[in-house]
Amino acid sequence: MESVIKVSRLTKTFRELTAVNDLSFSVQKGDVYGFLGQNGAGKSTTIRMLLTLIQPSSGSIEVFGYDLKTHRKEILRNTGAVIERPDLYKYLTAYETLQLFAKMSAVKLNKQQFMDQLELVGLAHRAESKVRTFSQGMKQRLGIAVALVHNPELIILDEPTNGLDPQGIADMRNLILMLREKMKKTVLVSSHLLSEVEQIANRMIIIDKGKKLVEGTVTELFHPDDTVVYIETSDQVLCEQVIRNSSYAAKLMSVDVNGIELKLKKEEVPALTKWLVQQNISILGVHARHSLEDYFLKITTANQHVEPFKN
Amino acid sequence: MWSLLKIELFKVFKRPRTYIAFIAVWAIVSLIQLAIYVDGPKYMDFVLKDIKDNFDVIGNPLNGYFVCFVILQTLLIHVPLLVALVSADMIAGEANMGTLRLLISKPVSRTKLLVSKFLASAIYAVILLIWIAILGLFLSMIIFGTDGLINAKSYEIIILNGNDIFWRYLCAFGFAALALVTVSSLGFFFSIFAENSLGPIVATMSVIIVFTILTTLDIPLFQSVKDYFFTSHMIGWKGFFEMKVDADGMAIPGTIRNLPAVLRSAGILLLHVFIFTGSAIFIFNRKDVLS
Repeated sequence: MESVIKVSRLTKTFRELTAVNDLSFSVQKGDVYGFLGQNGAGKSTTIRMLLTLIQPSSGSIEVFGYDLKTHRKEILRNTGAVIERPDLYKYLTAYETLQLFAKMSAVKLNKQQFMDQLELVGLAHRAESKVRTFSQGMKQRLGIAVALVHNPELIILDEPTNGLDPQGIADMRNLILMLREKMKKTVLVSSHLLSEVEQIANRMIIIDKGKKLVEGTVTELFHPDDTVVYIETSDQVLCEQVIRNSSYAAKLMSVDVNGIELKLKKEEVPALTKWLVQQNISILGVHARHSLEDYFLKITTANQHVEPFKN
Repeated sequence: MWSLLKIELFKVFKRPRTYIAFIAVWAIVSLIQLAIYVDGPKYMDFVLKDIKDNFDVIGNPLNGYFVCFVILQTLLIHVPLLVALVSADMIAGEANMGTLRLLISKPVSRTKLLVSKFLASAIYAVILLIWIAILGLFLSMIIFGTDGLINAKSYEIIILNGNDIFWRYLCAFGFAALALVTVSSLGFFFSIFAENSLGPIVATMSVIIVFTILTTLDIPLFQSVKDYFFTSHMIGWKGFFEMKVDADGMAIPGTIRNLPAVLRSAGILLLHVFIFTGSAIFIFNRKDVLS
């Protein structure tokens, strides 16, 4: 498989703060690569290094097989990005914005081609509106159009759903999937929401304090055997006793005042609930989640030491 | 590079803020012209009161050339602020809007980006000066007519013939353009350090005010260094309105009294432009963009 991005032992320090620490990962051609971590984990710093906004303290970045230091222009000519907020010139129209950034990338498009780009992100009807009149979601979509205007092979999106309403998040998700499936682009998308990355990415990495914690395909990481089921009942003591005296005892993870936690395969959940009802236990609620979510939850809870994730 | 410059000029002239300076210049020039049109003779009597006791003043001393001279002396103190409004915003404004990171991630070298931005701010300064020339010189020539120019100083009076003035104004405006480009480069230099244009604007004006005060103070400590202040050379345009005198003490039309000094001032200003802009490019090329 061809690597589009290859990051090796990348480190960035700002005086005493190490924002990115010996980070290595690779993004393959055609991937939607989820770049996951809590706020301040080093995602934006890494993305800024990929886009040459920040110079690495050490390590190397190769994009399309070229060293970023020596082939900056060639690489950026084939890369589009939306970095954090989609800040654009408020006094320009959507059409003028696209024109301006096309010129900066030395791309010549005709009016129809610009309109097609705006159509792609659902903004053709607002082509002549000033950016200052746009909602956050529209600005985000225009930012994507700007990133795509020179038809790059690699798209880098830094927290593209930040500040969007649920409809905006769904639109953005569909847009990213369309970039991969229809336009065959390679997309690196950062987020602090696991659920979001899970829905769009085929491969992902989780970083914390600038270090890699886990990397792999979403299928590998979200293995169906790793479902954590949280059961709320009307009688916790009885429920615990029944489970401990059964074959489910080995799968018991924890017990608290509100419920009982078990780790089991997803398809075992219906049988468990049926069996508990047969044991005269009134079930108030059953919540299933993936163990990776637990792991990520621990990371995103401040001041917790977290061991590397093992699937 | 030409394409980048066109983009930067497009952005500069698309912003409403850019036109504040043009409106301000129009307002100031119009007020001066109105005041001279209404109260001009009284003003001329005041200016020429010592001369009129010993000389007969013939012709029309209150003409367009004189009005333009008054306008230039007044405006060239304030125009740097208007120039700094744009030049100090070139990088800091982009950082403030959040568009700087988008620009840097485009396949354009930082040096080219900065040079095009500086050139755009310099072109803006020159266009502003052309606007001053249109209103201050050409409009004054239409309203007040043309004749000789009396340049009264504390220790001498220089009288220039009407047919020996226009070219001097062209040269003076050219020199003033260089002075404003110098201010522009200073504002541009400060602009790379900030994420809000207010700081660089205030810093630029502070430097100009402090240096101007030091230049005008006749304190021996500052005498030796004030020649290195660019503000000392910004008023070099006045040199174009002084003539050489022959052995009989007669003024020689078509000459400039101390052309080497004027050219030296122009050279020092140009050197400052290169230092400020070169330093900005050098530092910015090594800077992490965190905005």
